[in-house]
Amino acid sequence: MQGRSLNVAEEYLHSSFRTVLSAIGLIGLSVASLLILSGAAAAQTQLLNVSYDPTRELYREVNQAFADEWKARTGETVNVRASHGGSGAQARTVIDGIDADVVTLGIPSDIDAIAKATKKIPADWRSRLPNNSLPYTSTVVFLVRKGNPKGIKDWDDLVKPGIQVITPNPKTSAGGRWNFLAAWGYSHSRDGNADKAKDFVSALYKNVPVLDTGARGSTVTFAQRGLGDVLPAWENEAFLVLDEFGRDKFEIVVPSLSILAEPPVALVDGNVDAKGTRKVAEAYLKFLYSDKAQAIFAKHHYRPSKAEAAKPEDLAVLPNLKLFTIESLQGSWDDIQKNNFDSGGLFDQISKR
Amino acid sequence: MRSASFLPLKQASVLPGFGVTLGYTLLYLGLLVLLPLGALVAKASGIGFAGIIAVALEPRVAAALWTSFSISLVAAGVASLFGLLVAWVLTRYDFPGRRIVDAIVDLPFALPTAVAGIALAALYAPNGWVGAFLDPLGLKVAYTPAGIFIALVFIGLPFAVRTVQPLIAEIERELEEASATLGASRWRTVWSVLLPPLLPGVLTGFALAFARAVGEYGSVIFIAGNLPYVSEIAPLLIVIKLSEYDYTGATVIATIMLAISFSALLAINLIQAWSRKRFGHV
Repeated sequence: MQGRSLNVAEEYLHSSFRTVLSAIGLIGLSVASLLILSGAAAAQTQLLNVSYDPTRELYREVNQAFADEWKARTGETVNVRASHGGSGAQARTVIDGIDADVVTLGIPSDIDAIAKATKKIPADWRSRLPNNSLPYTSTVVFLVRKGNPKGIKDWDDLVKPGIQVITPNPKTSAGGRWNFLAAWGYSHSRDGNADKAKDFVSALYKNVPVLDTGARGSTVTFAQRGLGDVLPAWENEAFLVLDEFGRDKFEIVVPSLSILAEPPVALVDGNVDAKGTRKVAEAYLKFLYSDKAQAIFAKHHYRPSKAEAAKPEDLAVLPNLKLFTIESLQGSWDDIQKNNFDSGGLFDQISKR
Repeated sequence: MRSASFLPLKQASVLPGFGVTLGYTLLYLGLLVLLPLGALVAKASGIGFAGIIAVALEPRVAAALWTSFSISLVAAGVASLFGLLVAWVLTRYDFPGRRIVDAIVDLPFALPTAVAGIALAALYAPNGWVGAFLDPLGLKVAYTPAGIFIALVFIGLPFAVRTVQPLIAEIERELEEASATLGASRWRTVWSVLLPPLLPGVLTGFALAFARAVGEYGSVIFIAGNLPYVSEIAPLLIVIKLSEYDYTGATVIATIMLAISFSALLAINLIQAWSRKRFGHV
């Protein structure tokens, strides 16, 4: 009896040793597979531009042009990768630690959020680059179905009963926020009164049957699903729809007044210093203001900050309309974000039942 | 003699590898399941129990939770009933193409949920193949809560089918014959002989479909319309909170969902244990 139990004890110790060994082996295997999955670093200089949704086609061309120029000037190879998504979600990936060298987002408050949450961007980032860190601007215009069957001419038509407006959720989409601010600003400029402006956007959002999470989602809902009568959209996105889906199906209506949409760019100092890419990243941002890049912006229907660099025929396409800045009406971006879109802000108030 | 205390553990099973497998079970459960969930609850509990209750009672959060859980419940119920029928047909009858139909059942598992959502939205939109017929009747499916329901039934169906299929295969035909020879009507045979042993499987399928439906985001978002108070699901509200950089708010809603789901699943497990006792062998 005694002998047997000793035997078993020995066997137990032996087997627990084996257990430990195989445990170490399995953990090693798991770690190794994780390392393989996360991928090895590349040898050439890599820049990461974290951008918003509708700029895919734009930055593909800009990045190539920059790489060519950098090669010609310094002989070095640089590979600029761009990542795209909803502007707010993209800002969050940078806050959560993605090693973006530059951010080119849809609205200033998203870059402010990165600056505040991580301190990787200084608070005065807007003054570091020309034109308030705006290499290009845009605006909000209306896309309607061919022949404009509902006779939509201006913002007032969007609040009429029976009109369906397709616009993304301002909580999740930068384009949605510009639409919201444009409608608010239109009413405020006309009525000169914040209460009336609140009623105006409230009536407008009563006419919204679907709140997509991003501007592209709204475009698809309107253009492909055939829902709604009017799509207030980024100007460049509206032109893209005309090119993609055909000018025989949709047309652009230009309102009497709209917002100056300001998608800014910034260097992420904390990341470029950690990666040692500051020189290239700064050159990349400077390149965005060069004649070559400015011409590319105009080609993709953005409004270049240096109009003389663009081809005249690209500029001629962009409609002439009166634009206001939201800062002139609502003050600093901190206040704009807080009063309209943060929890309990204007958008939450008007979406109450 | 200290080793004697190990003995019961060692001799409990004739199968080898108890130490390794238990160790791994606990390690991986801990790392892969409990650690993230623990971090979630830890982050949420920063605002205290009263704070969590206050968030749950916010009208918009309450509306989203109600939308998510009530539609998930109905969808899981419909998926279970329909799944039972599909499983029965696939197991008890032989027909040409049965294997292919059997494979089709698994497709909602394999499809990326966003693709499912876009496909369903395209079908049920007023200009889609199905929506075009419903629209003149005044029936709107896409961009309403009905759209959420359709998406959730779609993703829940495989769970319902796969959990009852093996049980149906196990039913002994002699039991049905015995029931018939003892004079029971065909309905009585179905009701008292066939269905009771299937109940635990149906409940498991229901629980899985329900759990999946509550957490579903990708497919629902494309067909729901996402209007606050109407067709906004709780997972979307979490994404919205994250867009506001309100990490605590997001984790609080997630924790509330977790608590409700856990209570619901626990209740289903208890009913299952009861039905096992009540109906025996399964």
